[in-house]
Amino acid sequence: MNARHPPGLLEGAFLILRKDLLIEWHTRARLNALLFFALATLLIFSFALGPDTKLLEQNAGGYLWLAILFASLMALGESFRVERENASLDGLRLLPVNPRAVFLGKALGNAAILFGLSLVLIPVMVGLFGVSLALGLGSLGLILVLGCLAISAPGTLYSAIASNARARDVLLPLLLFPLIIPALLAAVKATSLVFQGDPMSQLNSWLLLLGGFNLTYWGLGVALFPQVIEE
Amino acid sequence: MDETPAASAPAIELRALSKRFGRHWALAGVDYTLARGDSLLLTGPNGSGKTTLLRLIATAISPSFGAIRVAGLDAVRDREELRRRTGLLSHSSFLYEDLTGEQNLVLAARLLGIPDAQNSARSLLERVGLDWRSGRPVRQFSAGMRKRAAIAKLLLKPPALVLALLDEPFGELDPSGIALMERLIAELLANGVAIVLATHMVDQGRALCRQRLHLQEGRVASP
Amino acid sequence: MAQRTRQGLFALAVAMLAIGAWLGLSWAPPDREMGDVQRIMYVHVPSMWMALLAMTLNFACSIGYLLKKSWAFDSLAEASAEVGMLFGAVGLALGSIWARPTWGVWWTWDPRLTTAAILLVAYAGYLALRRFVEDPERRAVWAAVTGIVAFVDVPLIWYSVQWWRSIHQIQSSPKTVDPQMVLTLRWNTFAFLALGIFFIWSRYRVAQSERRHELAAPPTLPSAPQGLTASGVRL
Repeated sequence: MNARHPPGLLEGAFLILRKDLLIEWHTRARLNALLFFALATLLIFSFALGPDTKLLEQNAGGYLWLAILFASLMALGESFRVERENASLDGLRLLPVNPRAVFLGKALGNAAILFGLSLVLIPVMVGLFGVSLALGLGSLGLILVLGCLAISAPGTLYSAIASNARARDVLLPLLLFPLIIPALLAAVKATSLVFQGDPMSQLNSWLLLLGGFNLTYWGLGVALFPQVIEE
Repeated sequence: MDETPAASAPAIELRALSKRFGRHWALAGVDYTLARGDSLLLTGPNGSGKTTLLRLIATAISPSFGAIRVAGLDAVRDREELRRRTGLLSHSSFLYEDLTGEQNLVLAARLLGIPDAQNSARSLLERVGLDWRSGRPVRQFSAGMRKRAAIAKLLLKPPALVLALLDEPFGELDPSGIALMERLIAELLANGVAIVLATHMVDQGRALCRQRLHLQEGRVASP
Repeated sequence: MAQRTRQGLFALAVAMLAIGAWLGLSWAPPDREMGDVQRIMYVHVPSMWMALLAMTLNFACSIGYLLKKSWAFDSLAEASAEVGMLFGAVGLALGSIWARPTWGVWWTWDPRLTTAAILLVAYAGYLALRRFVEDPERRAVWAAVTGIVAFVDVPLIWYSVQWWRSIHQIQSSPKTVDPQMVLTLRWNTFAFLALGIFFIWSRYRVAQSERRHELAAPPTLPSAPQGLTASGVRL
């Protein structure tokens, strides 16, 4: 019989990531709904704040990240609803699969979905709010990546918890939103600088904060996720 | 400490095994030993703790009190090693609804590190009588087909498998499925894998298993 | 014996608070810049410190529970989170009352106030989680994880809000230099500490009795252990 080589941490994470993206692809109607939800959110913001284009342009960074944050609730909730349907998460646990690989795979998958979403939203922002990319696409791309990773790590950890509790739809934002404020602040500030220019070279400090937040929360997620899903 | 299971270690050892869910003891002080490669029929009315017992042995949940050893490995300390050697067929199929049967099996095979995952998956699916070519997602499966897919997933585990835990395996299966299940049980036993079979179909169970354990309200009772 | 100690502690706290009130309201001199309004600092500051202390205790107990599954850790974590919330809410309200005559507004995005508000919401989430999970063992693990994650965030929240506000004018906070003021503040801090310990201790007892009620005692086995333990016994 051929010898078995169980995958290591990264390979296992990659398999889980692929599985999640495959499931999202198979049910792309859900992704479409997510996208339209984010777009609707952006539209609502423009109406809620009135036709003053100066104001819209100034606060565009905030609207973008709020739209991404609200959309993330749906994506994160979905990520674990899929696992609950047939106790699939238990199935992974019992195979056995390293729970840290499950965390990395799922969190990266959620981050990827949010990142894809944000890429679609950028041209919409340019059109709706008249923003321009003063600092270029590269800086913006980096901020989007770091921001989506920052939402996804604690989001995945909390979603694993909330999806098993009562009032899970209320519990996830209640747990996640206060926690994510540093990352949100940094992402919004950095994005605004990209849109409006950075005369005082502040971008790096915000990127540093985002980086530090990511390091902390990916670390905590990897450390604590196994305890969260074991029974 | 040597973690490889001793060749003579019993398949299962339960000592004062108890599990509570809040105020309710689902299992209260179960003692039992099952010899290596032996077969056990687990019976009892609904709510007597059969599923809880199987889940405990499979390490899906952890005991509130007492101890479990499988093939000499402790169910709490050596959990990961133990999971490689036990297979659980449960009420939940552990399948992803939006993936096809093949995709589910290939994923499990790759996570187990089985080389040539795709062919292994396909041959197992054929063995349990599922048509992998149709490419239908599990969401479109009937209950019986789901059961067969779950069985195929369980069969990925041998030859490391030492113990198979089957919770109502005949449920939802048509006659050909039941015959398939019986054949597989016989095959597993022939390969030295111990079996615990929880079922209400007592006559079927008695024909397949040598030992019997009857539970009543979480305790061992006489049938 | 423990009951006597607790009662004594409560009496001590009340006495200290009474003296502290006299110290703060009449003995200490009024502030040179702010006048009598500044006196509210004698309760606002200790309140916030107690809140922070309680949160730190929650953090330690959360880590403790994940390392050793003892119900004492879980009950203490629950108690300290609730008491911390209480002191934090009181402190925030007092700070707001101070802000009104000082800055003319009930609320301002001062880094300290903002951080405190965020923390309050974070721990409200922690307490909500505890309410929404029924199984005691799962609840204890998940609450511990949430407590750890929330606490680690505190410095990150602090720095991010500082940087956010540094672009605009930073409001200054009152400085207490006068030795009478320092003594008053210290005295009240210890008074609040005594009160806080009493509250946490009492709440801890309530939590432990709730656990005892929620968890069935082990079945009648000859070797069943007494007391509350969450772990199984090894062969």
